[in-house]
Amino acid sequence: MRRDGRWRRRTKAMKFDQRTTREMIQTIADTVIGSTDELTELDRAIGDADHGVNLERGFNAVLAKIDSISAQPIDAALSEVGKTLILSVGGASGPLYGKLFATIGQHLTNADEITNERVVAACEQAISVIKTLGRSDVGHKTMLDVLVPSLDQLRMANGVCSLRDVRKRAHEAAVETIPMIARRGRASFLGERSQGHMDPGARSSELIVAAVCDFLETRQ
Amino acid sequence: MAKNVGIVIVSHSPDVAKGAADMVRQMVGTNVPLAWCGGNPSGGLGTSVEAIVKALDLAWSDAGVVIMVDMGGAETNSEMAIEMVLEKRRPKIVVCNGPIVEGAVMAATESSGGATLDRVRRAAEELYAR
Repeated sequence: MRRDGRWRRRTKAMKFDQRTTREMIQTIADTVIGSTDELTELDRAIGDADHGVNLERGFNAVLAKIDSISAQPIDAALSEVGKTLILSVGGASGPLYGKLFATIGQHLTNADEITNERVVAACEQAISVIKTLGRSDVGHKTMLDVLVPSLDQLRMANGVCSLRDVRKRAHEAAVETIPMIARRGRASFLGERSQGHMDPGARSSELIVAAVCDFLETRQ
Repeated sequence: MAKNVGIVIVSHSPDVAKGAADMVRQMVGTNVPLAWCGGNPSGGLGTSVEAIVKALDLAWSDAGVVIMVDMGGAETNSEMAIEMVLEKRRPKIVVCNGPIVEGAVMAATESSGGATLDRVRRAAEELYAR
């Protein structure tokens, strides 16, 4: 219960002023861009070898206008990140990650203080949008195989969870995509041959979840 | 304003998109509004939401527009593009689940006879339904 109280105080204290917004977006972008080669290699094994460079282009476009993005409240800033990714990525990951950021942004409207409950509710909406857009669900060897368990960890938390647990769950979940057979995306063309490789979208989702956890930890 | 259903061809490769469009033109001439796009925003293989929005505008018809796509990202990005066009146009735009080249040609021949949006769509999709 002591941990519970600590978590609640921490999350309730989370205010997204301009600088916080900017640094969080910068952290996410730097993390993804720094993993361009790794993501491209993962995608070379079971896809079309463009996941890394596509996300790199998208997040570079975000960084190019980070001044105007972070001058806005967190909800509008995240929506703008999403829109930028949609317009600049060039692959299915653009709309999928774009909608992730944009939907979370839309559901944080008027949130001066970001609480655990609001984040969970916003992420639930975003995941539901991604499921519809990608016509996919857990177990199809996609980004959802990381996002859904990470959110479950955060929700289950209800106070008794640390950001470290969320990051750890995201990592385990990405590793768990290795033996899966792809049912959606380019990898699904390979059928059983998609087994034995981590899904690139699962890995990029893990990177983004980890980047957010890392960033929030520095703010506690 | 064109009265026949428009066709938009969206491929990861501009060469494929243009090639499919050439085949459509050969079949139906300028009787059907037609536009194509291909390539990601840096010109590599992929698709661009902005380019699709432009193509939808070029091929716009009050009878509606069908979009033929090759795979994955072309379909998702086309859905994003539909969200970005004028609201009143959105219900008249459909992404077809059919082969990009044969589907585009079938859709165009159907459209050139004055068929409705739904019939044009079915013509493109029945190739997969067989």
